[in-house]
Amino acid sequence: MSATLQPVIGFFGSIGRLFIAALAAIGRVTVFAATTISRAVRPPYYPSRLFEQLMQIGWFSLPVVGMTAIFSGAALAQQTFTAGSRFNATSTVPAIVVLGIVRELGPVLVGLMVAGRVSSAMAAELGTMRVTEQLDALTTLRTDPYRYLIAPRLFAALIAIPLMVLVANAIGIFGGYFVAVYKLGFNAVGYLDTTRQYLTATDLQMALVKSAFFGFFIALMGCYHGFRAQGGAAGVGRATTDAVVSAFILILLSNMIITLMAFG
Amino acid sequence: MADTPKILLEGVRKAFGGNAVLDGVDLAIERGESMVIIGQSGSGKSVMLKCILGLIRPDRGAIRVDGEDLMAMSARELETARAKFGMLFQGSALFDSLPIWRNVTFALTQGRLRDSAKMRKIAAENLERVGLGSEVLDLRPSELSGGMQKRVALARAIAPRPEIIFFDEPTTGLDPIRADVINDLIVELVEELGVTALTITHDMASARKIAHRVAMLYQGRIVWSGPRDRLYDSGNPYVDQFVQGRAEGPIR
Repeated sequence: MSATLQPVIGFFGSIGRLFIAALAAIGRVTVFAATTISRAVRPPYYPSRLFEQLMQIGWFSLPVVGMTAIFSGAALAQQTFTAGSRFNATSTVPAIVVLGIVRELGPVLVGLMVAGRVSSAMAAELGTMRVTEQLDALTTLRTDPYRYLIAPRLFAALIAIPLMVLVANAIGIFGGYFVAVYKLGFNAVGYLDTTRQYLTATDLQMALVKSAFFGFFIALMGCYHGFRAQGGAAGVGRATTDAVVSAFILILLSNMIITLMAFG
Repeated sequence: MADTPKILLEGVRKAFGGNAVLDGVDLAIERGESMVIIGQSGSGKSVMLKCILGLIRPDRGAIRVDGEDLMAMSARELETARAKFGMLFQGSALFDSLPIWRNVTFALTQGRLRDSAKMRKIAAENLERVGLGSEVLDLRPSELSGGMQKRVALARAIAPRPEIIFFDEPTTGLDPIRADVINDLIVELVEELGVTALTITHDMASARKIAHRVAMLYQGRIVWSGPRDRLYDSGNPYVDQFVQGRAEGPIR
């Protein structure tokens, strides 16, 4: 009998091990985040490092974010128009564009683009510092790597991503407007009127809340995986991949949870 | 009453997984002494160093600096105690995003940009001590050769005037002449600044030059320690095999 049960036990065993490994990883990430925050509230502070990171995460991401937003807004307008024309609902274009961009596409696409750009860079930089012993060197030079390296990245992302999402929302709506007015023949004033009507403070607030979470996850995953990197160049490569993939997953997962809770 | 040793390790044990890298290390280093730890790659030399620095926490044992147990200290006390330490990393570990002068004064500014004129002056003084001119001040670490990077790293380690300096394979990766320049610098620092030095190396020429005393780490324990002059007639089969670089012997 035990022979027939063996594969079944093995199957559940491996599920159990996966589950335990996942819990352990969540625990480590939580401890990492808590350590950073508890250290960051006590001096020394590094405002110039924070500013550096704000530029790196925010300002230098703007071209990528702008392009993402304008392309998505334009495509969304065309898709809505094409789909709507089948049942005489083409007038929904401005409403769908503004709701779609502000509630979903803006935050999520910006989150994913910036995760690809920033989580990877953070993991690669910190991972290289780890494997070349620069992180150990910091500690022996009486500088706390959490305060000096991690906290500025975490807080910069927390500030920069929501701001970028606001910019992306504006650009995305403009992308839709552009296609609607110049290609699909909408009246410019009417389009903007409808847009304004459907643009609510609640939606913007939710976009900001979402994107703050996304920003936190982007920096947290980049820093966490970089900080733990080991095993030379290959280890840094793995850390970079893990950072981007886990940031993507956390962004999409938290987006789903927040959305389901908000409309539930 | 005998003087308290500058650094005292008692029964230090550290295992990774089931593998005991340090298996009860006992070692005393006197004030102003230059101690060299020899041993094979992977014998736990670096782990021992990182335990003393507080980068790795040992599983058991005590590490005392000036009689105070580092492992009984809070994180903040440990941070203060680290002011006594300077460390030269094997790969130099310079911060490649910062110019040389900010690297050298990093321990003084803790990475903040302040008193720039004064810090540049301090950087230049410390660079001079290791034989580098002020023309490197504004370069980046990647613009320097390996030997020069090592010297900058040395200047960075001595800038806050630590009482103890750790050297992790200071001559590895350098040609014999540049290696000897580093050896000379270490001897000079110990003599002129009166620092206590702990060096780990498997470069015997370096060990002979810089050590007052030598200890050998094998399988997680100190199997021999004695004055430098006894290194080649220690009567210890492990030390004999190691210093003569024989493939055959008790070490496999």
